Amino acid sequence: MNEIATVRDVVAIVLVLAGAFLCLTAGLGLLRFHDVLTRMHAGTKPQVLGILLIMVAGAIRLQGWSAIWMLLLVAAFQMLTAPVSAHMISRVAYRRRHVRRDLLLVDEIRSGESVDRVYRGDEPADAPPEQPAASLRASRREDQAPSGGSPRAGE
Amino acid sequence: MTVEPARSALGHQLRHQLPLLVWLVLVWNLLWGTWSWANLLSGIVVALAVTLLLPLPPVVGGTHLHPVGLVVFLGYFFLDLVRSAALVAWQTIRPGGIGRSAIIRVQLRTDSDLLLTIVAESLTLVPGSVVIDMDRERRTLSIHVLHVRNLEDVERRRAAVLAEEERVVRAFGSADEIAALAHAPGEAPTGTGRRTP
Repeated sequence: MNEIATVRDVVAIVLVLAGAFLCLTAGLGLLRFHDVLTRMHAGTKPQVLGILLIMVAGAIRLQGWSAIWMLLLVAAFQMLTAPVSAHMISRVAYRRRHVRRDLLLVDEIRSGESVDRVYRGDEPADAPPEQPAASLRASRREDQAPSGGSPRAGE
Repeated sequence: MTVEPARSALGHQLRHQLPLLVWLVLVWNLLWGTWSWANLLSGIVVALAVTLLLPLPPVVGGTHLHPVGLVVFLGYFFLDLVRSAALVAWQTIRPGGIGRSAIIRVQLRTDSDLLLTIVAESLTLVPGSVVIDMDRERRTLSIHVLHVRNLEDVERRRAAVLAEEERVVRAFGSADEIAALAHAPGEAPTGTGRRTP
């Protein structure tokens, strides 16, 4: 009986340490990565797995079912909410052009039909248009179009 | 939504809200930590109050659980979770810093709100990717992927996204949607398997 308790403690300690290490790398990633999009990776994957490991360790070590149910809820909501918040922040960051384009190998949002050369009211106020002359022409065209001239104007 | 007679509309609504109600009652009971009839009854009251006072648009179609597909999906999910967490953790501590990343658009084959939500959530958690944007009409996801070295890596990531979609559909999709996996992305028939309100 005593040995089983020791083994359980060791497993719990290893899981807590691994989880804490993963959360530490998530914090390091926020410091070391270059832009918002890559930082969101650090904020989701090691973070979520770290929390999960710590929850498992807690479930091993804690007594009583009521605490374990609570840990289960924490894990479930962590896995449900972390992707949503990461997605919302990345989306806003991309639309406001907080992107290090020089570090991107390809960017397929920009190729093809949905080119973001025109002011759409979604960038920071001081962001210059990437092609000023074209953007001025395009925004004049949008103004003169009777209603919803641009397919993306109504979004 | 079309106008229906009040009673069937209410039943329709209640049937679609049932999973949400069950989930809310479950959360309420888990939060109290102990099982009792008082907790169950008060949980039902709270769940009804929440769903009636703060109504959400119904999830059309519901889920079709396939046990084998679910096990496969969950197995890959946790494997990928560990793998991608280890990869990202290694990139944060290695001296060379982070590699280049890419933004790719992937054309999906499924056309249901619920399945697309599950795909997007699991993609953000697992294989080194964060979903930036989703075009619901064209069924494309825009995904930021970490650590790509060349264009072959990009294509491999695209294939991984489609594989993840296939696992999700095989775990939660209806027969129509599983059949739609056989079509090439983009030419899948719209209309038959479409599940939007």
